[in-house]
Amino acid sequence: MGSLFDFMLPELESPLTGASTDAVMAFIHIVSFIILAGVTIALIYFAIKYKRKSEDDETPLITHNNKLEITWSVIPLLLVFIVFGWGYKGWLNLQTPPDNAYEIHVSAYKWGWTFSYENGAQIGNEVHVPAGRPVKLVMQSQDVLHSFFVPDYRIKQDVLPNRYTTVWFQAEEEGESQVFCTEYCGTSHSDMLATVVAHTQEDFEAWLDEQNTGGGGTPVERGESLVSIQGCVTCHSVDGSQKIGPSFQGLFGREETMTNGTTLTADENYIRESILNPSAKIVEGYQNQMVSYEGRLSDDDISDIIEYIKTLED
Amino acid sequence: MLTAEVKPASTGTKKTLKVKRYKPSEDPKNTYLTDEKGLWAWMTTVDHKKIGLMYLGSVTFFFLVGGILALLLRTELLTPAKTFIEADTYNQFFTLHGAIMVFFVLIPSIPAALGNFVLPMQLGAKDVAFPRLNLASFYIYVIGAIFTFIALANNGLDTGWTFYTPYSTQSSSSVIWVTIGVFILGFSSILTGTNFIATIHKLRAPGITWGKLPLNLWALYATSIIQVLATPVLAITVLLLTMERALGIGIFDPALGGDPVLFQHFFWFYSHPAVYIMAVPAFGIISEVITTFSKKHIFGYWAIALSSLAIAFIGFLVWGHHMFTSGQSAVATTVFSFLTFLVGIPTGIKVLNWVATLYKGSIEMKTPMIYVFSFLFIFSIGGFTGIMLGTLSADIHLHDTYYVVAHFHYVMMGGTLISFLAGLHYWWPKMTGKMYNEFQAKVGAALIFIGFNTTFLPQFIMGSQGMPRRYYNYIDQFTIFHQTSTIGSYILGVGFLLIAYYLAKSLKSGEKAGSNPWGSRGLEWQTTSPPDFHNFDHTPVVINGPYDYHRPMEEFQLGLANEDKDH
Repeated sequence: MGSLFDFMLPELESPLTGASTDAVMAFIHIVSFIILAGVTIALIYFAIKYKRKSEDDETPLITHNNKLEITWSVIPLLLVFIVFGWGYKGWLNLQTPPDNAYEIHVSAYKWGWTFSYENGAQIGNEVHVPAGRPVKLVMQSQDVLHSFFVPDYRIKQDVLPNRYTTVWFQAEEEGESQVFCTEYCGTSHSDMLATVVAHTQEDFEAWLDEQNTGGGGTPVERGESLVSIQGCVTCHSVDGSQKIGPSFQGLFGREETMTNGTTLTADENYIRESILNPSAKIVEGYQNQMVSYEGRLSDDDISDIIEYIKTLED
Repeated sequence: MLTAEVKPASTGTKKTLKVKRYKPSEDPKNTYLTDEKGLWAWMTTVDHKKIGLMYLGSVTFFFLVGGILALLLRTELLTPAKTFIEADTYNQFFTLHGAIMVFFVLIPSIPAALGNFVLPMQLGAKDVAFPRLNLASFYIYVIGAIFTFIALANNGLDTGWTFYTPYSTQSSSSVIWVTIGVFILGFSSILTGTNFIATIHKLRAPGITWGKLPLNLWALYATSIIQVLATPVLAITVLLLTMERALGIGIFDPALGGDPVLFQHFFWFYSHPAVYIMAVPAFGIISEVITTFSKKHIFGYWAIALSSLAIAFIGFLVWGHHMFTSGQSAVATTVFSFLTFLVGIPTGIKVLNWVATLYKGSIEMKTPMIYVFSFLFIFSIGGFTGIMLGTLSADIHLHDTYYVVAHFHYVMMGGTLISFLAGLHYWWPKMTGKMYNEFQAKVGAALIFIGFNTTFLPQFIMGSQGMPRRYYNYIDQFTIFHQTSTIGSYILGVGFLLIAYYLAKSLKSGEKAGSNPWGSRGLEWQTTSPPDFHNFDHTPVVINGPYDYHRPMEEFQLGLANEDKDH
């Protein structure tokens, strides 16, 4: 049986994200196979055993059997509840990156991927990650929908042009895994491939140091200069002092209460929304005064500002 | 002279009617085919049987187009990278294959083609409730098709049949022509659904209570409800998309301030129930055929009838399971997964009831029955893999891979198309008055079964291994699966050609079918083959249910005794 599943699925390189998926898939395959075999055998057996002998064959009147109906409704119902709970648990784990995850930014475009690191390094169609450590990808698209899929890790997440999506994994061994784009995006959709290269922690750091950080400094440095150049600091302090708008200090991850009474945790999408559509959510105690920065800040600019805000801890 | 106590649909109160036996003629002189002749008579006919045949002709034509596209796609996939067409052409082909098969073949195949033909006959009615509306539905379908073909001649379409934004907003292909075509086509579907609902409510022959309604009609009734309620949402969606493209109104495209995930919600709000528009009528055919060829009362009449309605209603609440990786909210994802499992249960109940019907039957493996057996095997696989895809963690891995492609072909082709073939072979003698060659038909059914599984079983494996769908190019490890799949598709192609050949031949030189070649108790078989213009030459009266095989045939050929009072 084990070899059958090896044939069905690629070798699992990220057990933390994929082990539950493999287990529930095996369970469904086995149960389905048993039921399918039962149905098939019954069909063949009945077809032979009750083959028509003459045109005048008489058949008994059997209209229904409530006990049987209830049995074959309730048993499958219980089975699907098990499967639902199992799948839900595995999926919840996929939605919850560990706190210590190493973060890499992903930008998808027709037809390729750009991966950006904390030190400003950028690399196309190849993402280098440390093995044995959770890695979180924060992704956005520059044009249409794409989807980031690594079969070896059993992870997949659509990449959208108007918001960030995240996905995480932990490659346990050194090695390479295939990345596919799985949301149809035009002519070269099927060539929009990338590779994940997992290194040991030391090799990874060495690799990262070698990378050319390019002009303009790290994202954090660029973000710092942007909040100054764009005038954000006129209204938002970076040291916690009270100004027209909420301070940037400690903003990321802070729980905020809105004027409509709801609360939320400030994350990438909240900050992005507040920059592009400031009137959508107003923090309690503040006025709706800010203008939209739509068209004034590019997606990359916004990402850099968010990275900068993340560094401003309480 | 006999009497029967029945409840006519028109009054609802019990009445005693004088009935007598009308044995249908085995060699009818006047039939609906000889009644009005010539092209103009066909084009302006309001006869539900002729309209059904016109749909059958159109569906066959579109199936040929969609099928050729499928074979070209599979041929291209024989090797990685380019085999004989360019990537852009490939993208157009899979888009058109999907759009044509879904909108022009599967959705109208059973309800509009076979349903139109048999629905009034199974009710003992002369026609549908609104015959002119029925003809209008057909022409609306044709106009929708013309718009789509204008797109073909004019830049094609490369968005996938799902039209996902913002790709479809930005694509340079003829999105607007196709969306207008689909918009128009939707009205055909809505009007047919309305017509069927009215007909089933108002035109049942004396004695056909809801408990004696053939299961085929319960299935068509459930389908009609979905058509009427869901199709308008598709119309709104494609209209909004057209407005976005033509007028630049930002609804779905983020560049214009819209939200692409909203489009997916709108699209699947229709397109998931549309899966049941395709699948539920298939269930109806299976119930008819399996009872006829096992000469046995259906097992669990109400379980099958009501599960069709349950599927129709729950089917409206599961659209979000197409969007587990889309970035929709976590709560929505959880709820949609849960509801998806619930819709699997009534479907499973049906399959087990059909199998139980065979128990102690008198089973004859004629061609329609072979298709039913194929259906039960293939559709079960479609159902189990549906459970797999409803499972959240598994779907994350399998979404948008060939596993999904295989799954929906097992459901749509293995379910709908194979039961359509079962229905076509079952009612062919009634429609044409001719028998096809049984041996060739069995060979055809075997080719379809073998070809189908050879084509799509390997797709489960490669999808599970990570092969994404809508890929022109692929990495080498998938080559063997693609090649096996392509060989399977050629076997399927040969199977369909054989079917077309012997059916066409039967029209010319087929043996006379006689009124009831299968010995069915169904009302549509208690008249001549082919039927006359008004279906029955008397008002049928029904005292037994359509599956009462324990009652003698004499009790099924009854009509009102007083002939002079209209029939």
